[in-house]
Amino acid sequence: MNSKRRVFLKGTLAAGTVGVAVGAGLLTPSTVLASAREGFEAGSVSDALKSVMGSDSHDSGDITISAPELAENGAVVPITVESSLTGVTDIAILAAANNNPLTSSYKLGEGTKAYVATRIKMGDSSDIVAVLKANGQLYSSSREVKVTIGGCGG
Amino acid sequence: MSSIRVRAQLSDGVTNVRALISHPMETGQRTDSGGNTIPAHYITEVKAKVRDREILTANWGPSISRNPYLSFQFEGASSGDTLELSWVDNNGDSDSTQVQIR
Repeated sequence: MNSKRRVFLKGTLAAGTVGVAVGAGLLTPSTVLASAREGFEAGSVSDALKSVMGSDSHDSGDITISAPELAENGAVVPITVESSLTGVTDIAILAAANNNPLTSSYKLGEGTKAYVATRIKMGDSSDIVAVLKANGQLYSSSREVKVTIGGCGG
Repeated sequence: MSSIRVRAQLSDGVTNVRALISHPMETGQRTDSGGNTIPAHYITEVKAKVRDREILTANWGPSISRNPYLSFQFEGASSGDTLELSWVDNNGDSDSTQVQIR
């Protein structure tokens, strides 16, 4: 009788701890972060988008990708993604031919413009795909960049 | 000395931020002259904040170039505000810096 009561108490205590952890947001950030990192392991554009944006269905939108047509050095390819869309919360930049296409993703705060510029590595000539999430909807655009010397190998 | 060099310039209500970070951004796919794999070492996250307001969070993979460059723009800051930029890499190392918006 007494021991059963102990077990019962232990059970409620354990459940309570998990509940508190979820309530305090201790569990959610780590799971969210894990899924954000998974996108970088994905081997295809569609898999990467599913894990980073939650879906891979997208419309073509008004997105401008600025990149060199011919990149001599694949280790440093400047990319700028810009859009006139409003309510943009997420931007992802992918190099379709890379082993892991996702190069980077960005979460925009309120008042942050749909504009990101960075430099990426490209293993081979490839389409650069930019995907934006605006008001929960995905939009994409792509642009081909030819690479003379790949930048991913040794 | 900080690993981050950053500038934040305000014009017509839009703050334009340009940042350069010194970091090897090793992919983990390269080998050294002895044929040993060079371990992956790259920045995974960059955060920008103004007065505790989150402006931008960048999630990076190893395919961002060595000594990364990042530029972004935002509204709603005034001249003299402080922009804080920080990064964390896959080894858990981190750095941060602050710059005045001018």
